[in-house]
Amino acid sequence: MEPMAILAIFVLSVFVGFEVVSKVSSTLHTPLMSGANAIHGVILVGAIIVADHSKTNLELGLSVAAIVLATINMVGGFVVTDRMLEMFKGNKK
Amino acid sequence: MSRTLYDLIGLAAGVAFILALKGLSHPKTARRGNLIGAIGATMATLVVFLYANEKSSLPLNNLGWILGAIAVGLVVGVPAARKVQMTQMPQLVALFNGVGGGAAALVAIVEYLNLGAAATTAEVVFTVFTVIVGCVSFSGSVITFMKLQELMTTRPVIFPAGRFIIAATLISVIGVGGWVVNSLGTTPLLILAGLSLLFGILFVLPVGGADVPIVISLLNAFTGLTVAASGYVLDSTLLIIAGTLVGASGTILTRKMAEAMGRSLFGTLFGAFTAKAQDAAGAAEERPVRSGSPDDVAILLNYARRVVIVPGFGLAVAQAQHTVRELADLMISKGIDVAYGIHPVAGRMPGHMNVLLAEANVPYEQLLEMDEVNPTFGQTDVAIVIGANDVVNPAAQTTPGCPIYGMPILEVNQAANIIFLKRSMRPGFAGIENELLYDPKTMLLFGDAKASLTKVVSALKAL
Repeated sequence: MEPMAILAIFVLSVFVGFEVVSKVSSTLHTPLMSGANAIHGVILVGAIIVADHSKTNLELGLSVAAIVLATINMVGGFVVTDRMLEMFKGNKK
Repeated sequence: MSRTLYDLIGLAAGVAFILALKGLSHPKTARRGNLIGAIGATMATLVVFLYANEKSSLPLNNLGWILGAIAVGLVVGVPAARKVQMTQMPQLVALFNGVGGGAAALVAIVEYLNLGAAATTAEVVFTVFTVIVGCVSFSGSVITFMKLQELMTTRPVIFPAGRFIIAATLISVIGVGGWVVNSLGTTPLLILAGLSLLFGILFVLPVGGADVPIVISLLNAFTGLTVAASGYVLDSTLLIIAGTLVGASGTILTRKMAEAMGRSLFGTLFGAFTAKAQDAAGAAEERPVRSGSPDDVAILLNYARRVVIVPGFGLAVAQAQHTVRELADLMISKGIDVAYGIHPVAGRMPGHMNVLLAEANVPYEQLLEMDEVNPTFGQTDVAIVIGANDVVNPAAQTTPGCPIYGMPILEVNQAANIIFLKRSMRPGFAGIENELLYDPKTMLLFGDAKASLTKVVSALKAL
């Protein structure tokens, strides 16, 4: 990909990232952190790609480990965030 | 699947992540936001299995290994997330963040081994960045986990010449990083990973227990950036977008958390090296305190017009959320004005106490944030501090140089009477003596928070 295009994506994403969370109340700091944490679990995509590329047993072993860790990060992250937020729902009324 | 369709789905997942973060910033939309994020992540994962290009054909190589590894991840991750006690949730988040950082570092190492001499300088630079930051995030998160789980001391760990050792480690990490970029090789990369892991440990050890959440948030932002860097190496726009979003929003969140605690980020990370020696607490322990019985507490409450409950982590540990609500309901039925004063960092993480009280169905309107409740302590007859200590410690306002100096506190010292429910005279998580315990208007009720509250409830009912 074009380096300039990548730089543009990066810079714009930084501003979007700043903007979307700028008004969060302290009540939601923990779930927001946990949700953002789950989102970077999308490194799972990268782990699958490198597992597919793997040519040696060492590479395959390391990428299998990466897939396990990334899955824990992604799925565990979304589940635990949902559990936290489930409790907020009850007291809205 | 064509590259265009693959990229479009990747873009849709990126948009889902933006909507997720936006949703998570508002109480009403938070749960939906999280769900949108999960759908985006699932979509992004599924399309990888359906897309072939010049580098990979379908079905993917090592498909059995890939699916098996995902299954293992599910079997470990889902029950952990489902069964964790809400009190232990901060350390679970730390751990999930750490394994994410570890995964990013492993991905970078594999891609580096795979590309070999074919890697461009830019790819190697980004790989080096991912390995360093991913390893720091991994080992740093493990240390934060151990501190929160109290597997090790929660106090800052300071060793002789600590800051020089840390600086030297950082310099060698950067040096070895340059070496990897200059002369490609597996050995330098592994040395780099080892040094980075060491740096992550050294970097978190001096942070005091109360500041650990800020560090978790910072490491979370770090992991986001490593994911973005992997996206460059793997030619995945989605990873660049998702990683950058987390990196940017995580940075803002870290700053907001630090602000809520009245700390500068720099002070959090390096405060242990610059703080002046604390006052010796040894002499203070011998001073007399006024301890009361559950009946004394009940009488005091019975004649109060306004009571503010200040819950802390001790309440959560004792699982006393439900009992405290029972006490509050009883007082309200007697016509007493009851509110909860919630410190932004009550519990172990910002917002943690709100989660715990919500679990006990405490009405949302009764939960007052610090700025709302502080001006009312002057008209409060009784402040009940349950298992909290540092967040009401006046030393934060009066003792420059103490580890929590400058942290905004709940000013319970303004109330006419103060009741502390405590297990012992042990200082709080930050390890500082609390002068308020010796105040003449303070009454201490020792014991497990839940047992004590149950006794107070029955004594109050009998009146």
